[in-house]
Amino acid sequence: MNTSDRLDLTFAALADPTRRAILARLATGSASVQELAEPFAMSQPAISKHLKVLERAGLVSVDVDAQRRPRRLEPKRLQEAEDWIERYREIFEQNYQRLDALLDELKARPVKAKRRK
Amino acid sequence: MPKPAEVTSPSDREVRVTRRFNAPRQLVWDAHTKPELVARWQGYDGWDMPVCDMDVRVGGKYRWQWKNREDGTQFGFFGTFSEVDAPSRLTHAQYFDPGNLGGDMPVDEPCIVSLELNERDGVTTLVCNLAFASKEARDGAVSTGMTDGMEYSYTRLDDLCARKAA
Repeated sequence: MNTSDRLDLTFAALADPTRRAILARLATGSASVQELAEPFAMSQPAISKHLKVLERAGLVSVDVDAQRRPRRLEPKRLQEAEDWIERYREIFEQNYQRLDALLDELKARPVKAKRRK
Repeated sequence: MPKPAEVTSPSDREVRVTRRFNAPRQLVWDAHTKPELVARWQGYDGWDMPVCDMDVRVGGKYRWQWKNREDGTQFGFFGTFSEVDAPSRLTHAQYFDPGNLGGDMPVDEPCIVSLELNERDGVTTLVCNLAFASKEARDGAVSTGMTDGMEYSYTRLDDLCARKAA
């Protein structure tokens, strides 16, 4: 799978509040399906379905050897998604900081804006 | 200094940027629609903007071109405005002009760029939505030489800021 396909799976997995809440819970430590289901008004099968999406995206892994098969957060994929977003953010932010400076200048000069020579 | 821009990807073809500005909406609108103002902030450090033509009305066209100050490399964007509702909404179909820079962005399919401005208590919130033709285009837009150009210029960003502050 290439980076672009992986990003699709990651962003699709993140596009759901329950799945983001599951990730937030797992960020504090691994947990079983039962433990994950507790804070949500959801059945275990419903939570398992969400976990499958997260596992397919590589965001969560299962410790198959341990009893109760605890789920664990895999931070690498989140980092990849964050890096991608960050590159976009940098492009815009660099421009917007210049725009901040221009707006300050325009505010200080209420007459019609003219190009400064 | 306002909080840095927030970026999300609401779908696999879209990127959405949200940013607040400590200025009235009309000024933010002017800075996006008056070519002489656009040329002052939109671009990349180390790149001049020799072409900034904008005919801001529905059906009007625009062309932006940047030229690298050191090696003369050029690239740009051009397109047509489809929605002009001052001072709150601006939408245009944007095509990438790779010039002699190249990059992974498709040249034949436009990205629909829509800008929404809202003002509250003198602070303007800008939401810029980029709807690409495909997820490949969305991903390509950041991996293109455009970002290399920026990284290349980061080395002089500090200089520029110092000069602006002076």
